[in-house]
Amino acid sequence: MPYEQDMTLSINGRDYRIRLEPRKSLADAIREDCGLTGTHTGCEHGICGACTVLVNGEPVRSCLMFAVQAGGTDIETVEGLANGDDLHPLQQAFIEHHALQCGFCTPGFLMLVVGAMRQEPMLSEEALTDLISSNLCRCTGYRNIVKAVLQTARQGNAAAGTVRQT
Amino acid sequence: MKSAPFQYHAPARLDDALAVLAETAGDDGRVIAGGQSLVPMMAFRLAMPGHLVDINRIEELAGVEIQGDTLSIRALARHACFHRPVIDHPFGRMLTCVAGNIAHYPVRMRGTFCGSLANADPASEWCLVAATFDAELELHSRSGVRTVPAREFALGAMTTALRPEEILTLVRLPIPPEQTQMGFYEFNRRAGDFALGMGLVSYRLEEGVAVDVRIGLGGIEETPRRLGEAEGVIAGQFLSETLIEAAAEAAAGGVDPIEDSQTTPAYRRDLARTVIKRAFDRAGRL
Repeated sequence: MPYEQDMTLSINGRDYRIRLEPRKSLADAIREDCGLTGTHTGCEHGICGACTVLVNGEPVRSCLMFAVQAGGTDIETVEGLANGDDLHPLQQAFIEHHALQCGFCTPGFLMLVVGAMRQEPMLSEEALTDLISSNLCRCTGYRNIVKAVLQTARQGNAAAGTVRQT
Repeated sequence: MKSAPFQYHAPARLDDALAVLAETAGDDGRVIAGGQSLVPMMAFRLAMPGHLVDINRIEELAGVEIQGDTLSIRALARHACFHRPVIDHPFGRMLTCVAGNIAHYPVRMRGTFCGSLANADPASEWCLVAATFDAELELHSRSGVRTVPAREFALGAMTTALRPEEILTLVRLPIPPEQTQMGFYEFNRRAGDFALGMGLVSYRLEEGVAVDVRIGLGGIEETPRRLGEAEGVIAGQFLSETLIEAAAEAAAGGVDPIEDSQTTPAYRRDLARTVIKRAFDRAGRL
């Protein structure tokens, strides 16, 4: 007998009043109940990293949290990175370095790196390689992602992670 | 990849969590902390708990604390809490080194030390740490608290002495003396994957003689454990390459390896020898 509960998710500075079953993952709630489909679901069991979002500033796999656990937290998704037509520096660097091809994994990589660089703005290449081993990308071979991140880090603005208020 | 339905409970006090757990234990009520192992199992429907008792809102279960030579790790201390040494001491640096081998960064943001022990995966790094340093575990239920040593807590792969109505609230690790040398080595085929084998060694040298020798092995058998026989080879002797070789040999000879679809018991036996030697190679560099 399914039962639903009311809750509020705060995403990119905006509150979403939603009603859902406790078994619904945060990833599914973000996509289906809040309509923010930039967060992708790939494996849905914590392996691929496509669904990575920031919860209270920390990158987490949103398929490994239930939405009901995220009440009262501040969630940031890829939709919160750009300011209108002005891309986040990391998004711009991804374009310049061809750090994506099909783009399916890109939101997860962006949120992973933005979150990690808030903690550690000057990631070494070695630490960065270890960090992004967390997420699967089948197109780029990772090298161009590393180049894009290192360029952004050199410019000193990856940690900005500005959230657009919607 | 969608979990089966469950009733969700998010108490703010430990007493309330224990009460809910006692009431729902018969209906497979389960504790969720980080959820980084439980939620995938629920997605696969290998686990279908009727109730989830979420302990994340219980403030008294958060954090780590150092009192004298004991490190106390509460139920909500995440793996990421060890990304930087929790104590300026080789032991703190060893924990940081170990934490870096656990899954990946986002998983370490959520997953917990105590959750790893309660999950009891043969490849759990924290289970190896708990076994090697003879951790003590506090298990709470509505009827009280009991303290269980790590070696009695781990009963086998994914099997522990934790009763359905109990919560593992605290793990106490004795911090060894400052001059202790520790080394950790893990082997797996992909970054962040489960360990196929890992070694953790710890000892002090008194005029070249090795004392307080601990040799822990994980990922090879059903449960990480100290290897008494290998420790006996080294304890009280002048430490040398030859002696380490002999200890690694004793380790490999004395294990009962698990097997999986890609590795044979013989492979893991060889690996036991290698990870112990490499853990010794790394000792003293923390």
